[in-house]
Amino acid sequence: MASLNTLVAICLGYVALLFVVAALAERAAAMGRGQWLRSPLIYTLSLSVYCTGWTFYGAVGYAARSGLEYVTIYIGPTLVMIGWWWGLRKLVRIGRSQRVTSIADLLSSRYGKSNLLAIGVTILCVMSVTPYIALQLQSIALSMSVFAEGDVARTKAVSAFWAAIGLGVFAILFGTRNLDANERHHGVVIAIALEAVVKLLALLAVGIFVVWGLAGGISDTLARIDASEIGQWEVDGGRWTAITLLAAAAIICLPRMFQVMVVENEDERHLRVAAWAFPLYLLLISLFVIPIAVVGLDLMPAGSNPDLFVLSLPLSQGNEGLAMLAFIGGFSSATSMVIVAAMALSIMVSNHLVMPIYLSTKVGRGASISGDVRNVVLISRRVAIVVILMLGYFYYRLSGGGAALAAIGLIAFAGIAQILPALVGGLFWRGATRAGALTGLSIGFALWIYTLLLPGFGADGALAASVMTDGPFGIGWLRPYGLFGITGLDPIVHSALWSLSLNTAAFIAVSMMTFPNPVERLQGAQFVNVFDHSMGPRGWTGSVAQSEDLMIMAQRILGPEEARALFQREAAKQGARGQLPEPTPSFVDTLERELSGSVGTATAHAMVGQIVGGSAVSVQDLMAVADESAQMLEYSSQLETKSAELTRTAAKLREANEKLTQISLQKDAFLSQVSHELRTPMTSIRAFSEILRDEAGLSGDEKERYAGVIHDEALRLTRLLDDLLDLSVLESGQVSLNTRGGTLGHVLDRALSAALAGSSDRITVHRRAEDEGIAIRSDLDRLAQVFINLISNARKYCDAPQPELTIRVRALGDRLTVDFLDNGSGVPRDARALVFEKFARVSGDKAGGAGLGLAICREIMERLGGDILYLDGHSGGAFRVILPMEGAMAAQ
Amino acid sequence: MSRKVLLIEDELNIIEAIRFLLSRDGWTVHTHANGADAVEEVIRVAPDLVVLDMMLPGRSGMDILRDLRAAPATSDLPVLMLTARGQSRDRDMAEKAGVNRFMTKPFSNSEVLETVRDLLAEARQE
Amino acid sequence: MSARRTSVFLERETYRRRRIMDAARLLPILGVALFAIPLLWPKPGDPATAGDPVPMSVAVLYIFGVWAGLIVLACLFGLKSRGWGPDRASSAQSPPKRDGGG
Repeated sequence: MASLNTLVAICLGYVALLFVVAALAERAAAMGRGQWLRSPLIYTLSLSVYCTGWTFYGAVGYAARSGLEYVTIYIGPTLVMIGWWWGLRKLVRIGRSQRVTSIADLLSSRYGKSNLLAIGVTILCVMSVTPYIALQLQSIALSMSVFAEGDVARTKAVSAFWAAIGLGVFAILFGTRNLDANERHHGVVIAIALEAVVKLLALLAVGIFVVWGLAGGISDTLARIDASEIGQWEVDGGRWTAITLLAAAAIICLPRMFQVMVVENEDERHLRVAAWAFPLYLLLISLFVIPIAVVGLDLMPAGSNPDLFVLSLPLSQGNEGLAMLAFIGGFSSATSMVIVAAMALSIMVSNHLVMPIYLSTKVGRGASISGDVRNVVLISRRVAIVVILMLGYFYYRLSGGGAALAAIGLIAFAGIAQILPALVGGLFWRGATRAGALTGLSIGFALWIYTLLLPGFGADGALAASVMTDGPFGIGWLRPYGLFGITGLDPIVHSALWSLSLNTAAFIAVSMMTFPNPVERLQGAQFVNVFDHSMGPRGWTGSVAQSEDLMIMAQRILGPEEARALFQREAAKQGARGQLPEPTPSFVDTLERELSGSVGTATAHAMVGQIVGGSAVSVQDLMAVADESAQMLEYSSQLETKSAELTRTAAKLREANEKLTQISLQKDAFLSQVSHELRTPMTSIRAFSEILRDEAGLSGDEKERYAGVIHDEALRLTRLLDDLLDLSVLESGQVSLNTRGGTLGHVLDRALSAALAGSSDRITVHRRAEDEGIAIRSDLDRLAQVFINLISNARKYCDAPQPELTIRVRALGDRLTVDFLDNGSGVPRDARALVFEKFARVSGDKAGGAGLGLAICREIMERLGGDILYLDGHSGGAFRVILPMEGAMAAQ
Repeated sequence: MSRKVLLIEDELNIIEAIRFLLSRDGWTVHTHANGADAVEEVIRVAPDLVVLDMMLPGRSGMDILRDLRAAPATSDLPVLMLTARGQSRDRDMAEKAGVNRFMTKPFSNSEVLETVRDLLAEARQE
Repeated sequence: MSARRTSVFLERETYRRRRIMDAARLLPILGVALFAIPLLWPKPGDPATAGDPVPMSVAVLYIFGVWAGLIVLACLFGLKSRGWGPDRASSAQSPPKRDGGG
């Protein structure tokens, strides 16, 4: 038998080989060579990190114990892979377009960049994966012990310890050598691809040796199978279904699977090959499990560990070389899993646990020196790898390495599957919220710990035996294996049933009850609709491909006919012979404009940009897209309101416009009136001054008369201009009032003497002096101007043979009224409405007034806080001036 | 032979100035100050020429002109129109209505005399 | 006009692709159904299910046969879809050929 030292040497040599391969691959990648490093084949092989030491050794043991049930571990992933078009494609696209670095990062990103969620997922992953790592250490230790002579227990302990250390070193060397923004590790991927080949070949070799070497061919093998202990189909339906589901969840949710499948993915199209090639790999690796188990059960002594048949069977037949190959295969399986898992977990720990804490302690001290942060990241990752491996080692020591390999693996699967509801919900349901995801995860996680993880430590391990049999505090329906009174189920099925169903129910219910914040909604939209606005797969280079992509997009948006017409038009413009134009900037601009008519500017820009620019859509673009769609979809009612508002505003505008037009017309009319009033006296002045100048032989009498006309008309002009100025000052509100105290009678005296002075017209004025002794406070000059105007009007227009004017003063409540009543015919009824308008001369008066007097009176009375109006129901002319009484009271 | 002009105008001073001018030139000047019955006055007086103000009490000069042009007896009677409003729109309207001459106040005396003489000469030629 | 003919050609191609994609989507459902069938097989020591228990060799052949069948179908779909962009439901593989209609 090979000595332990030989084994150690072989292991070290194998690791060294991996190291060299990995280093070469990194170098090739760094130099831009080695396209084959990024082939679908390498991608598929790297996925085989799914097949761990558990698969390599445990599957046979599993089959020896439970028959065909072990295939569920591979059927689940197979179903996920062949259904890639539904789920994985989206997952990979999102991972690439969002630059996701881990499963925790993905969930955090989807649910509004929530770090709390990331921390929760990280802890969940560490807790689930730790037993799994322990499992790998156990498989290495067990396999070592098979070769060991002497102290088997010590060999196991020592080899597990050194395996942990050695794997830690390898993971540190390759997982944390450099920091890549995309978290890709070419060296590691190549190394695990190589290991994938090794373990498959090893297992196939053992299988072929067993089937053709020991069992004597296929038909004999089948006969042996039927004759063995597991010779009949005997599978528990619940476990079959539950484990298939858990395995399907695991291939997506396991941190190491997410790492190789999403994060390390070089090209989305690799999935297409992996979709059938990886199931093929799984099929091959599980193909000989049953024969090996059956032959092992047959040939090996009773009581030997079926988990080690792969090793012990060739060894017992004296085929040491094959045993060594099998050992290396098992070693490969275990190492690749530990390396990738430790790496993936260390990324999560450093990104979501260490960095937030580090950055928060550095806030305010300006620690954004990139070198600093980089070092912190690298160191935290290295420490995390060591800690995770140590955790795995201690778990191994604690559990005593006794439990069957498969059982530990299933516990890890059930734990990691708790991520599934939040993940699937996040990918396909926009309504999923952070609160929902957190609640679901917490409930599922807690139930998993209580119903599977803690009981897994064995009786009186973590939970007292009494809790297991009677429930905590004697509450029977809380027994870990009999929750809510459902007993008799297999622990795995029981745990998966309760944890996953309550997890999902809580996730959905809380999501429906809570409202996501804007970032969450934006991220939700981006995730769920990732194919609508993310970068296409790589490799679409060349202008024709671009034009074609543009064409496809345009067809979807504009409709096939319009799109084709547009492209043909543009192609003709470019002078291109084909139907597709070159994607020149001008063509792209045109297209973007066309598209923006249908989908909005930001959307069009983002869509065109992602095809032509080849770059990921910026956050601003997506924000704009979100805004647009939000406006279009969610606030359409608001838009309707706005359009109603717009209609109202338009109506108001029309009204205002009409008013303006009216005012403009009034202004025209006013100017035309002013022109007329100015030109008329000027006509007389000019005509007579020309007569005086040109006509000889005018009599002195004539000359005097014509000069008099000129003088009168000049005065009329002056009056007119005075009135116009007065009116414009009053109307503009710029008049300053000179408020004084005085008696009404005094103001009337002044007005009468001014109005009647130098006049030949006789008019009798009636007054009652006892009424006029009221003290008033106002602009007395302006008030007198109003009175003068009214008295002059009466004098000019009173057509009675004996003109009489009665001035009547009355106090009416808080107002003081002064009426001017004459005994003439008054203002005609139909002209009364206009009497206070500008140029509203009632009759064809020749008295030289411009028709502005009453308009001025009205303006003055408004300024003085009073009013002036024409009194109906009086036979003659009748004007009433109203003054506010407060002025009068104050003066008393 | 006596030439007869009818001046339809409401401003007394302007009436006096034009009457002075035209009578010195040998015209017999009739005046009328109201727009309302101006057309009847034209028919009654039967002048060789009408000087018509635009803004008249009772009826606008434009309406009077249209009536004159509509009636067969006065359809080609020479009309000189005067206006103090000075808007080009008024001139357009008057020309459309068939005015012979259009003058804006204030006018020069010689211009009025020349225009009146021209109008009469044109009327005689036809 | 050739434009007319190529458009017909394009749309038929698109239609075929859609149906192939439908089939690809149905593949995992088919797999679930086929892998669930063994659960209906009679089990030893189960009085509810009459009949002889299924020998393990038959079960192995059935499971691995179904498995291989699914892989072949997935492989066929992968080959069929090789020229398409994975996300393009109505992708045109190359510029429409002018001589496409003859």
